[in-house]
Amino acid sequence: MQLTGDYLALAYLVSATLFILGLKGLTHPASARRGNYYAMFGMLLAIVATVLTPAVRSYDFIIAGVVLGATIGTLIALKIRMTAMPQLVAALHSFVGLTAVLVAVGTYLTHSRTGTLSTVLMAELFIGTFIGAITFTGSLVAFGKLQGIITGKPLIFRGQHILNLLMALLMIGLGIQFLLHNQFDALLAVIALALALGILLIVPIGGADMPVVVSMLNSYSGWAAAATGFTLGNNLLIITGALVGFSGAILSYIMSKAMNRSISSIVLGGFGGGEGATGAGPGADNTKGVKTAAVEDAVFLMANASKVIIVPGYGMAVAQAQHALKELADILESKGVTVHFAIHPVAGRMPGHMNVLLAEADVPYDHVFEMEDINPEFTTADVALVVGANDVTNPAAKSDKASPIYGMPILDVYKARQIFFIKRSMNPGYSGVENQLFYQDNCSLVFGDAKKVCEKMVVELKAA
Amino acid sequence: MSATMIALYVFVLACFIGYWVIWGVTPSLHTPLLSLTNAISGIIIVGAILVAGFGQGGGPAETIGFIAVTLASINIFGGFVVTQRMLAMFKKKK
Repeated sequence: MQLTGDYLALAYLVSATLFILGLKGLTHPASARRGNYYAMFGMLLAIVATVLTPAVRSYDFIIAGVVLGATIGTLIALKIRMTAMPQLVAALHSFVGLTAVLVAVGTYLTHSRTGTLSTVLMAELFIGTFIGAITFTGSLVAFGKLQGIITGKPLIFRGQHILNLLMALLMIGLGIQFLLHNQFDALLAVIALALALGILLIVPIGGADMPVVVSMLNSYSGWAAAATGFTLGNNLLIITGALVGFSGAILSYIMSKAMNRSISSIVLGGFGGGEGATGAGPGADNTKGVKTAAVEDAVFLMANASKVIIVPGYGMAVAQAQHALKELADILESKGVTVHFAIHPVAGRMPGHMNVLLAEADVPYDHVFEMEDINPEFTTADVALVVGANDVTNPAAKSDKASPIYGMPILDVYKARQIFFIKRSMNPGYSGVENQLFYQDNCSLVFGDAKKVCEKMVVELKAA
Repeated sequence: MSATMIALYVFVLACFIGYWVIWGVTPSLHTPLLSLTNAISGIIIVGAILVAGFGQGGGPAETIGFIAVTLASINIFGGFVVTQRMLAMFKKKK
């Protein structure tokens, strides 16, 4: 059986529709799994339809590649820990980028063999290769930073932005050379420059901005796919690329807004590298004016509260405290206490990361609330328990115009009747800014490792 | 209208669909959104298949195509499976 012309186009249209419905499924957790199935079916249909076209004349390489890729992909997906999700996503972005480059080079080679190269096609090939190459190395750097292979501190040197600009101009010049004279070497030089540019663009961005970087590279990977769609005249690739490109762009926008920073300031980099980020900032050991509380006191107040709001941050995941925290919430609920979880949009290392970590610990999603929904509730909360979050609870963002985080939307933890803040030491958070919350009358610090403190709370609660 | 112009029409309209659909995604599912977009951007496999299956006797193009098919397949299977794994964790209160 062979598919031609309109039948192939029809199959692609159905696939594109299924992808859109798949993304639409993520509107609500209840419809999300069905959405994922829609997208899977769309993918299957697209692959089968493509393989059945007359343009495909040999199958060995295709079958071998799919079997190999499916084995590797499935194994990684089943084994990956949820705390490492950002790394996986970054790695997968890099694969899309590299694939876009390979497809562009391969298309050039096959088309020059059949003599069907046109200037338009070559222009599209040029665009596809450079977006793909930047996505590839940029994502590799992001992966390295998230995995801890490369330092999370921003790497800044003088003339960085001018160097990037010159390289970009040179790349465009070579692209024009490739278009005018059909020089394959020029295309290869474009790829080399774009690979270097991808690295240079991401190294100055600090660890605190990783949620934005991951989203941005998601967007790039989409545009790379769309550009490949243009070279192949493939509408399905164009549509999917546009969907993914916009998905990443919107996530970047949401993340940068949640940090009150402009996308351009993040892209130019350098944030989060101040002395505070190294833990040696002023006041690192300054406990003056700060109240501390014993675990027993915190447990007593929580057990007698009518509403407790738990504010988890990435520190919770690092300490692996989510299971102990879930048990704590369960016991409190069995005592008639209402327990809600409050999540800031930039909690964790990527958009929505904290939600997944809580879901993994079996916290029901209807107990987990986003910032806008939970903020009005803090005034009626008897206890707010902060576990591994810091900057996103700092009231200085609202009151102190001189603070570097001024204007950043925060969780209104400071409005709760009593705050317990689990903390390992007095070191400030990612931004290097001291948390004003600690000096409030209604805030007490509980020093210790998040997991150990939560486990101790559980033991105390059971005994009570 | 040239083929490139039609492609441009499709692209611009798809951007609008993307805009509306993605704004509707609930923030609690933003991580599955990233992994699902990882999976569907594996659709670039369509291009990889055309290169790998060109079939005019080996050559560098077919090898390049093979690597591209492998990478895109990792995206497709890795993306869908991990999305499924995550979504299965999102449960309502029993």
